[in-house]
Order: sequence, then C-alpha cells, then structure tokens
Amino acid sequence: MRWIEYIAFLSVVVALVWPVGGYLARVFEHQPTWLDPLLRPVEARLHRLMGVTLDQEMSAGVYTLSFVLFGLLGAGWLLLLLMIQQGLPGGPADHYLTTPMTADLAANTAISFATTTTWQAYGGETTLRYATDLLGLVSQNFLAGAAGLAVGIAFIRGLARENSATLGSFWVDMIRAVLWVLLPLSLAGGLVLVWQGVPLNFAAYTQAHTLEGAAQAIAQGPVAALEMIKNLGTNGGGFFNVNAAHPFENPTPLTNFLELLSIAVLPASLTATLGRMTGRPRAGWVLLGVMVALFAAGLAICVLAEAATPPQLAGLHLAGGNMEGKETRFGVGGSVLAAVVTSNGATGSYNSMHGSYQALGVLVPLVNMLLGEVIFGGLGTGLCGMIMMTLIAAFLGGLMIGRTPAYLGKRITVHETQLTILYALLTPAVVLTLTSIALATRAGQAGLVTNTGARGFTEVMFAYASSMANNGQNMAGLNADSLFYNATTAVAMLAGRFGLGALILALAGRFAAQLRLAITDGTLPNDTPQFGALVAATILLVGGLSFLPALALGPVAEALSR
Amino acid sequence: MTIDEEPFVPPRRTSAARFAARTLLAQLRPAIGALIALTLLTGCLFPLVLFALARGISPDQAAGSLVVREGAVVGSRLIGQAFTRADYFHPRPSAAGNGYDASSSGATNYGPSNPKQVDAVRKAAADYRTQNALPGGAEVPVDAVTSSGSGLDPQISPQNAALQVPRVARARRLAEADVRRLVAEHVEDRQFGFMGAPRVSVLELNLALDRAGPGKAG
Repeated sequence: MRWIEYIAFLSVVVALVWPVGGYLARVFEHQPTWLDPLLRPVEARLHRLMGVTLDQEMSAGVYTLSFVLFGLLGAGWLLLLLMIQQGLPGGPADHYLTTPMTADLAANTAISFATTTTWQAYGGETTLRYATDLLGLVSQNFLAGAAGLAVGIAFIRGLARENSATLGSFWVDMIRAVLWVLLPLSLAGGLVLVWQGVPLNFAAYTQAHTLEGAAQAIAQGPVAALEMIKNLGTNGGGFFNVNAAHPFENPTPLTNFLELLSIAVLPASLTATLGRMTGRPRAGWVLLGVMVALFAAGLAICVLAEAATPPQLAGLHLAGGNMEGKETRFGVGGSVLAAVVTSNGATGSYNSMHGSYQALGVLVPLVNMLLGEVIFGGLGTGLCGMIMMTLIAAFLGGLMIGRTPAYLGKRITVHETQLTILYALLTPAVVLTLTSIALATRAGQAGLVTNTGARGFTEVMFAYASSMANNGQNMAGLNADSLFYNATTAVAMLAGRFGLGALILALAGRFAAQLRLAITDGTLPNDTPQFGALVAATILLVGGLSFLPALALGPVAEALSR
Repeated sequence: MTIDEEPFVPPRRTSAARFAARTLLAQLRPAIGALIALTLLTGCLFPLVLFALARGISPDQAAGSLVVREGAVVGSRLIGQAFTRADYFHPRPSAAGNGYDASSSGATNYGPSNPKQVDAVRKAAADYRTQNALPGGAEVPVDAVTSSGSGLDPQISPQNAALQVPRVARARRLAEADVRRLVAEHVEDRQFGFMGAPRVSVLELNLALDRAGPGKAG
C-alpha cells in the first residue's frame, strides 16, 4: 500500500510541474496573472516605499550584495526579537519556557532562520513566545524562502539571457515571490490544515484533566500560520520540538501528504520554469527526470531498511518494521516518504526521528543532504545546485567528445569551471572540517549525550551536512544547544547560504553576458535521456568521491557492526 | 582563457571593497523598507487573516480539537494521554517529558546500536505480554513497545488494540465481542484508501468504553 502512496505522490508532483513552472515563469517575467488586480497595487506601494521600480536591473554583484544584506538584516532583526522575547506580551506562560535563551542560542537561531536552514537547537513549545513565532519565525520563513527563489530565478535568467550585464532586480523578484507565490499558497493550504486539525490560536496552554484523573498541559499556539510556509519556503523549522511528528503540526495522513507536496512542488516546477525561460523545455524535463530517478532510488533504499524488523530487536518476537520514533498514523511508509522529501527538499520538517532510523535508513537522508540538495532541493537554490552538477556533467561530456563544453548554448570555459568546482568543493570542505573539529574536541564530543560510537559520528556529520545544506533537520540524539555547536553550525549555515549563493550568482552573471552558441552536429545535446544519465552519474560520482570515506566511519560502519 | 570572455570587467579604479561599500549603502533603503513592510505583512497581517478565516470555518480545530466531558476539558482528540488502568486501552510508550507531557514533546532518539533501546523494548514487550496474558513467544505489534516520534501519538495499530480486548473486557465485565465491536467501530483506515496507516485513537476508544459500561478503578 505504501508504494501506491509513493507513486501517487510522485505523480502529483510531476503533474504539477508544467502548470506551476509556467506560472512561476509568468510571475517573474512580469506577464499578466489572474492575481494581478489584487496584488499589483500592493506591489506598487511596496516599490514606492522601498524606492525601487519594476524594470530595475542589477548586475550579478549588486544582486549578490542585496541578497546577503537582506539575509543579514533579517538575522539581526530576529536576534533582537529573541533577546527581548521574555518581555513580549502574550502566551505561553513563563514557566513553560524552560530553555534559557542564551546569546549563542539566539544568534544561532537568527542565522538559522535567515538562511532557510531553520535548524533548531531548542524545543519550540519550551522556548518561544507566540509573538516571536509570528513576527520572527513566520516572517523570516516567508522572506528567506522568497530570497532563495529570487536567486534561483536570477540564475535561470543568466542561462536565458544573451549579452546582458544584468540579472533582474533582487527586490522586485523577492517581493513577487512573497506576494504571487508564497502568500496565496500559505493562506489556501493553511485553511486545509486547520480543517484537518492544525490549531491556530493565541490561547494559554490548555489544562486538561485526563480520563485517569491526571493533569495534562497541552501546548497551543498559532501553529497553522507557520505550517505551510515552513514547507513552501523549504525552511522546515517546527512550531514544536518534534516538528511535523507532533499531532498538532501534522494531524492526519492527508496533512502529511499536503505538507510534503508543498516542499517538493515549487522546487520541482523550477525545472519547467527553466525550460520555458530558456526556450529549451526538454532540458528542463531531463533535469526533472534525474531528480525523480534519484528520489525514487533513495526512497526504495530507505523504506526497505525501515520496513524490515529491526535486526537489533530480532528474537523479541515483534511484528512490524522500525517504529521507534515514528507515528502510528503515518506508519513506516509515510514516515520514510517524509524523511526522503525533507532531506531532498532542504526542509527540516521531518515527521519521524531520523536519530532512531536503521543505519542504512539514515544513510539516505544524510546522503541526500551531502549531495547538495539537488533532488528538488531548496526553493530556488535546489535547481541551481542541480545545474551546477549538470555543468560538471557537460564538462565531462564535452571532454569526451573533444568539444568546448557547453550547457544550453552557454560555454563552460576556465572561469565557469573554476566557479563550478569551487561550488562542488565548498560543501565537503566545510562539512568534513567541522565534523573533524567536533570529533577531536571535548566541546564537540560533549554533544553526544544519547548515542556513541559510529552512531555518534553519524549524528555529528548529519548536523553539519544539514547546516551546510540549509536543511535544518537533525538527529536529535545530539545535544546541539551549546556554545560550540551553536557557533560551528552557524558557520556552516552562512557558508551554505551566502558562500554557495555568491558562486551561483557570479556564474549567472558570466552566463548572462555570453552569447548563445548555435546548435550544430558537434554539440553535446543537453536534452536527451543519455545526458540525464550522465548528470545522475556525475552527481553520484562527485558525492561519492567527496564523502565515501567519511560515510564508511558512520552509517556504513554501524550497518556492518552487527 | 579567451579574450571575448571579459566584456564586463569593472573599471580598474573601483576596488571590490569600494564597490561593495557603495552598493550596500545604496541598497540599505530597499532592504530596511522590505524587511519592515514584509515582516508586518507576513508576520502580522497574514496570521490574523488566517486566524479569522480559521475561526469562522473550523473553530473546534483552531482551538486544538479539545474534548469536553461533563463541562471539563479531558484532553485533545489529537494528543495522546497516559492510560495505565487495566480497564482502559493503553497507548504506546512515550518519551515526552515524564510520559505524554503535551507541553514538552520528545522522542527517545535511541539509535539502533544503542543498548538502551533494546533494553527498553525488551522490558516493554515483557510488560505487554504480562498485562495482556499472552504466552512468552507471542508476537507483539512493534508500535506497542516503541516510543513514537512526538511522545504524543494519539493512536495505536488495530493489531495492538485487538490484543488488549480480552484484558479490557475482563476488567469491565463486558463481553469480549462487545468490546471488539467497539474497537472495530474506531478503526480508521488509510485516508482515501492509500495514505498513511490504519489506526485506532486511544482516547476516543476509551471515551466510548466509558459510555458503554462503567470501568473500575485499579
């Protein structure tokens, strides 16, 4: 039955790619849409306030600096809010907020949300005021998600334009992403979620008296306001400690399905946006095909690992798969689907505890993040990562047939290659360095409060892979609320967001300036299944070369140790 | 490197640092304006509009799906609560606070190689077999002996509920067939036939039990 759920999920994603991708292309090419009568006046008002115009254009450098500036301002605002939140009015009552908001936790959280990582070293219901949730987390979910989409659109323009010094305007794109894409979907989806049971209130925690006469305090809050946008913006930070495993965040299999769709559909649809804006729709389909194939492979491995009776529990005469850390209503099937979607979608909104997955089960989300979130991936950034890998594939393919490597008619010469290779190296450099430092220092080892050995290694590597990929999911056995982890994961989040983002935009600027090569008999076609296979192989090759030795010490060692 | 690669080199006199400083200064107004205006729009107006609509369309759910019995809130339909008495169906083990603490969700996070997980499951399985008078080698549904992701899982598998029927029926002096029928009425199938997993809500089943016949404390 779970295979039907998986096939249904992928079918809906694929079916929505063309219409949604087309809509995105219309929005960012400023063509008329049916929301215009409502939103154009709002947009005009915002532009006047900010002193920008619809036809404003920016070079790659200005686009990058605007993106970075906006992200850092957002982090600053959230930091301020977190530091003063004790004094903010409204619920929940003080005695429930047991996690101390230290300066390092506040800074880590601020950077985390401004970079769409939304890694949480705290539990929501024991840490945050409702006011912080809304004015800080919800709004940063919108803004950081929109900024990521803007970068993705700018990158597509780089491939679509010829002889152009500019990539569009960051401000115009970001505002359009909020108004035309994220707000309407959050509103419509939010209503469905409330209907299914996700709360939306500002009440104090409910004092219930259970059937057996015990007292139970039930956490409340404006959960539904966060739930859609955390997924649409591929942020993922939960309202509650256990994120989408919490019945208030994710009450039914339908909400699970919908929340996972809202992670995958927009990033997947950007392949069609690329196809439309560059006039090469088949190239977009090829990238989507690579994504779906790699997605399905990871899903199959993960579900086989989790659906089997856990080997460590063999002999106890249990019936069923690995349900430790999983919810009954999702079962193994819906839990694994969420693990694979969230780890591919740069979204931390897991609905089961990856820290309790089998060794090969947790290998899949870890590898998905280490590959750079290219399978659907983060909103905007996922497509960029996929194209970066595609450029390496085109480079390899070009060398094989002895031609100047090119992608969609854009030549990949020395400078483009340098930027691409820097991009491919930054993730392993940051993740492996920080993992080594954590494992070699007392401060790093102190985080391993639940599990040790190969599992502990995996937990630490998972934390940095997640931060660098701006994913935000964790293996929660690691206690990450310490100065050491708050500081080092923040470094990875900043490198993953702005380091990789700057390389993406620099490359987009170079491509925009180029003319497009004509297609000849000697051109390596970019829109065939063969090219797709080359791209998939390249992704696995680059990821494997970078991370296999480290993975051997973690999940692989654990899997072999029984 | 070929020459036609470089059409857009910035003029020599502008250093990168000066370019960055000038750009950042020029973009400060749109950045601050966007941050303030969009924070108010998305962090204030949006939640309030959604709140108003939700209150109108689904007021019960918006308030947390609370269950009221005889004028008192006894819990939420969506949130599991602890049951230990023999005359109630039991939920899964919970790692939220001291068990089903709905103000502090949480899981064990035990990895498969952690001996604590094996110990906890072995003990839970032994307890489950004792409570439900099952022979030593009887198969136990895995959900009955493992902690959920949230620690607040409101549901158990239908197999788990079925194995608890004789115990509950005995404790309540009800016919097993009556209790079994009650369980069957509370089995939720996969949503739309293919989403998620079949399940039984423990709180709703126990509320129905209380309506069907008096339990006895102990």
